[in-house]
Amino acid sequence: MKSKLNLDQKVVDSARAHAAHIARDMQDFIERHTTVSTERTILRFLGIDGVDDVDNPLPNVVVDQIKEAGGLPTGVAYWIGNAMVQTGKNPQEIAEEVGAGKLEITKLPTCTQEEAKQAIMPIVHETLKKIKAQTAKREELIGRLGEGREPYKYVIVATGNIYEDVLQAQAAARQGADIIAVIRTTAQSLLDYVPFGATTEGFGGTYATQENFRIMRKALDEVGEEIGRYIRLCNYSSGMCMPEIAAMGALERLDVMLNDAIYGILFRDINMQRTIVDQFMSRVIIGYCGIIFNSGEDNYLTTDDAYEAGHTVTSSQFINEAFALLANIKEEQMGLGHAFEMDPSIEDGFLYELAQATLTREVFPKARLKYMPPTKFMTGNIFKGHVQDALFNLIAVWTNQSLQLLGMLTEAIHTPHMHDRYLSIENAEYVFNNARHLGDEIEFKEGGIIQSRAQDVIKKADALLAEIEEEGLFSTIEKGKFGGVKRPKDGGHGLEGVSIKGDNYFNPFIPMMLGGEI
Amino acid sequence: MSSACTTTANTQVDLTKVKPYGDTLNDGKVEMAFTLPVPYGDEAEETAKQLVKKMGFDEPNVAYYQELCPGYTFFVVYGAAQQTIDYTSIVVPKVSGTVMDRVECGDWIGENIGRDIVVVGASIESDAHTVGIDAIIQMKGFHGHFGLERFKNVVPYNMGSQVPCEQLIAKAKEVNADAILVSQTVTQKDIHIMNLTKMVELVEAEGLRDKVILACGGPRISHELAQELGYDAGFGPGKYAEHVMSYVMQEVQKRGWEKKPNIADR
Ligand code: B12
Repeated sequence: MKSKLNLDQKVVDSARAHAAHIARDMQDFIERHTTVSTERTILRFLGIDGVDDVDNPLPNVVVDQIKEAGGLPTGVAYWIGNAMVQTGKNPQEIAEEVGAGKLEITKLPTCTQEEAKQAIMPIVHETLKKIKAQTAKREELIGRLGEGREPYKYVIVATGNIYEDVLQAQAAARQGADIIAVIRTTAQSLLDYVPFGATTEGFGGTYATQENFRIMRKALDEVGEEIGRYIRLCNYSSGMCMPEIAAMGALERLDVMLNDAIYGILFRDINMQRTIVDQFMSRVIIGYCGIIFNSGEDNYLTTDDAYEAGHTVTSSQFINEAFALLANIKEEQMGLGHAFEMDPSIEDGFLYELAQATLTREVFPKARLKYMPPTKFMTGNIFKGHVQDALFNLIAVWTNQSLQLLGMLTEAIHTPHMHDRYLSIENAEYVFNNARHLGDEIEFKEGGIIQSRAQDVIKKADALLAEIEEEGLFSTIEKGKFGGVKRPKDGGHGLEGVSIKGDNYFNPFIPMMLGGEI
Repeated sequence: MSSACTTTANTQVDLTKVKPYGDTLNDGKVEMAFTLPVPYGDEAEETAKQLVKKMGFDEPNVAYYQELCPGYTFFVVYGAAQQTIDYTSIVVPKVSGTVMDRVECGDWIGENIGRDIVVVGASIESDAHTVGIDAIIQMKGFHGHFGLERFKNVVPYNMGSQVPCEQLIAKAKEVNADAILVSQTVTQKDIHIMNLTKMVELVEAEGLRDKVILACGGPRISHELAQELGYDAGFGPGKYAEHVMSYVMQEVQKRGWEKKPNIADR
């Protein structure tokens, strides 16, 4: 497709190359470290689930015991493999014994690394087979039922009660939604464990638990059969349990997951070393099972100004793309994020939004771009809000966005009511249908406002990326270049959960999922 | 209110009996939108009508209704309000004192307090929203209103978000704050009430309640609510650093803390 923005491909290539170097540089750090949540992910994949008698999830109980004994650098895969060799029990039985205080896993006699590997590999293969079966099932259902047309209409449910969420989600699907995101409860991102079981109490959202995933998956499959359209399910692989939740998502066939290399650092004050290591395994899982990830660049525009900081969004998209490539994620699974967040009082604001959205599409032609609605400048004036959302929808269909997170007229007041969702779906359907081929018809004036703005943004993004490459990602974040938020390298939540890998460390899943052998 | 606003084409508004205005005085016209958990159909329409009537509206008119999903119907209904309100007897609790601008505040503190005013602020407990408290404290402020960091004779500490009450109180003690500024944005299931109440209780338990000014703010906070919860003042949308500081500095004077920068002496 011909560029409508008259972009200088050399600048785009240069920005991409800087991002690749930035990610490569981080990858060395990542490869030298593991985290408690990465290790708990391995346990979950080895079949460990459930809680002890005081409701501590067993993956936590086991990892904590190993960590306290100083055994984390070896990795839980070894310790479980060893325990299997020594006791003849399976991982779940071993974890239950640890939970009951009957077993100290690091005090057992030790076998060789090779023997431990041999013990767990059949389970590893079994788990990978289960995940692949889920991926195949998704393909089968999409093939048989069909799916909505892009931009996918993406809405959220956030009642706090998974059963109420089911009702809202099925209603939304019947009204035309293609993707249902179950918003997570306030502050789950800072829990260093994943709660267990079905839950009915949350604030501003519902706990992400494996059982809740299962309940919602089943409900969406049911309604999908009924209306003859596959309904995608989205949740958050973010926060302190990023990779664990990705694992649950892979096992329960989620289709879309929020997952950003930097969001947790900036907006949840999670330690940056922790997040950077955690995001790697979560992305490997996401890549492996065909989930579309959504990055969180839109959030920068809530704490920074969208006009001034447009290039930070583009820069971050390049970085998220580069990290995704290292985790073997296909372009079609890259839901790079951006948002319609300019102050509505700016003259020509719509043109600048159009420039940014067109730019994003041209720079990432195959990505499943996630476009976020106006939120910060939504007010209690719901009538004006509905118009803001209509302009946002117009840009989305015009510039071929992929995942359209539908704006709600009541954004400034509460999480969506049932009819808010109906009104926003109706708004999107009207605009998408009415302006379906607008993008094919319209080109932009050479040297006009739109082209100039886009060229300016990409140039600034390239310059920022060059600076980050020079400086390193960690110290860039320390200086507050993204979202205007500064975070220290050793500050924030969860640093104590980061550990150096020992010489004999192994994680069987990452190499297998990246398509190799261990 | 100017007299031009209280007269319409041919009638004088009776401010002791006010009702909604559509296009004719006292027509009482109101538009409403809501969902009922009933299946779409004639019975649904009638149910909506009767409900609106019971709510005190005459001539209920279902302008639009639509099935949301089996068992749920959405309505847009018009009605004519029957109730009236006596505008002349309305009393709204307001934060006391004169509101001055940034520069005036700085000068006023210099002249009347003779020392820096110290405040600590945070978005507390589970709340991760910082933009509100940043709007009040950070240099750049919000919507063209500079934050407290730009004020002369004011020393603000911004602790950010998800700050446990205990930590905010400890900071207030450490820096001898004159005021603690608490922000709350998430209100779902009244979580802000829980968090704000916890703060008051802890401040009381620490014996600090009359040694520090306690103010809160956020999109759903009013001065009235703040007072009910045991705060000295509350600030909602449209309130900026100058509003808070005008209040705090005048309160410091009222309490005679000019020469008492240390909490222990108050
Ligand atoms: C930006 C934003 C975010 C950003 C926040 C980034 C950040 N660092 O702050 C992000 C994306 C991180 C976010 C996350 C969430 N958000 Co949010 N967010 C918003 C949004 C879009 C804007 C809020 C804002 O910044 N307003 C601008 C500021 C300046 O306004 P303000 O806070 O009212 O402050 C003014 C006054 O109130 C006052 N003030 C405020 N505090 C104080 C304190 C004092 C002492 C004083 C004097 C005055 C004062 O002064 C300010 C200037 O006038 C609103 C929607 C909206 N349009 O309002 C949703 C919104 C507030 N979020 C919401 C929710 C539910 C969440 C989440 C819980 C979602 C989830 N489940 O994950 C999470 C929060 C997680 C958590 N642990 O808290 C809901 C809240 C619903 C409700 N009523 O409870 C809203 C309304 C969106 C919605 N419709 O669902 N959010």
